[in-house]
Amino acid sequence: MSQLKPPVNSKDHIQGKATAPLELVEYGDYQCLHCGHAYPIIKNVQRSLGADLKFVFRNFPLAEAHPDAFNAAVAAETAGLQHKFWEMHDIIFENQEALDSESLFLYARSIGLDLERFKNDIQKNTVTEKVEIDFESGVRSGVNGTPSFFINGKKYNGDWEEDVFIQYLKSQLTVI
Amino acid sequence: MLAAGTLAPDFELNCTPDQKLKLSELQGKKVILAFYPADWSPVCSDELALYNETMKIFSRHNAQLVGISVDSKWCHLAFSHDRKFHFPLLADFEPKGAISKLYEVYDEKEGESQRALYVLDEKGIIRWNYLSPMGVNPGADGILNALEDLDKSK
Repeated sequence: MSQLKPPVNSKDHIQGKATAPLELVEYGDYQCLHCGHAYPIIKNVQRSLGADLKFVFRNFPLAEAHPDAFNAAVAAETAGLQHKFWEMHDIIFENQEALDSESLFLYARSIGLDLERFKNDIQKNTVTEKVEIDFESGVRSGVNGTPSFFINGKKYNGDWEEDVFIQYLKSQLTVI
Repeated sequence: MLAAGTLAPDFELNCTPDQKLKLSELQGKKVILAFYPADWSPVCSDELALYNETMKIFSRHNAQLVGISVDSKWCHLAFSHDRKFHFPLLADFEPKGAISKLYEVYDEKEGESQRALYVLDEKGIIRWNYLSPMGVNPGADGILNALEDLDKSK
């Protein structure tokens, strides 16, 4: 079974308590329709599991298939420099059909980012490198498409429709 | 499948409608042979789209990827163009599946190549092989590990 490499660490964007018994990692592509479909499901999974779950998002843009995916990932990472990664992640998925540069700046404005700083930061190598490092970690971890999920470090190949996914995660709680 | 340690049998197949690619021409590079069932099918499309993105990681290891299926050179051309692939697709078309059979990855029942991977070293020796279940995209981690092991053993 494929193992998450490297494990979740301080460079990751994490929602939830570090001590939560369940750790769900998604490798996602902002322009991938399946990831767009997964977005509200993950929100409900988080609501349902509450303090038992922490959620991590890593970038896996298929740039040739999805021409705006890489830029969208960079924009979310750039928002992260102003501690608004998740706000940007959410607004991008909620507006998945428009991910051109102009739209990305519009989203940056509407979540209240300092736009001058955003414009400057988005040019930095560090944000593109973060996306590339995420992608490569996904390849090494056996990601074969998006979204790919890892639960407590192990690749989850099962169904991720809401009810089944929540049920599975809850069943893992009793195993732990 | 052909075992690791054996010399990969040479072959020549169309990589575009008017060009042929001979395996032995790639000596000096590591080669990843990705046999797959069919152009346009969902799993193959996802697998090849992934490899298209991981090309830059493969090339760091001096490796060239080629895809092989029984589809025709014209079908490959349209598929490759549509998906913006940056690696050649070889047409194992006539006699049908001859190279897939040579590499012991032909599905007689379906009349297609199986989903199978070979990694060859710079001298054309098979160093790693993997047969994936038909419906499962094998990802690129196995290839990457094989390439890294080859570089480490130098």
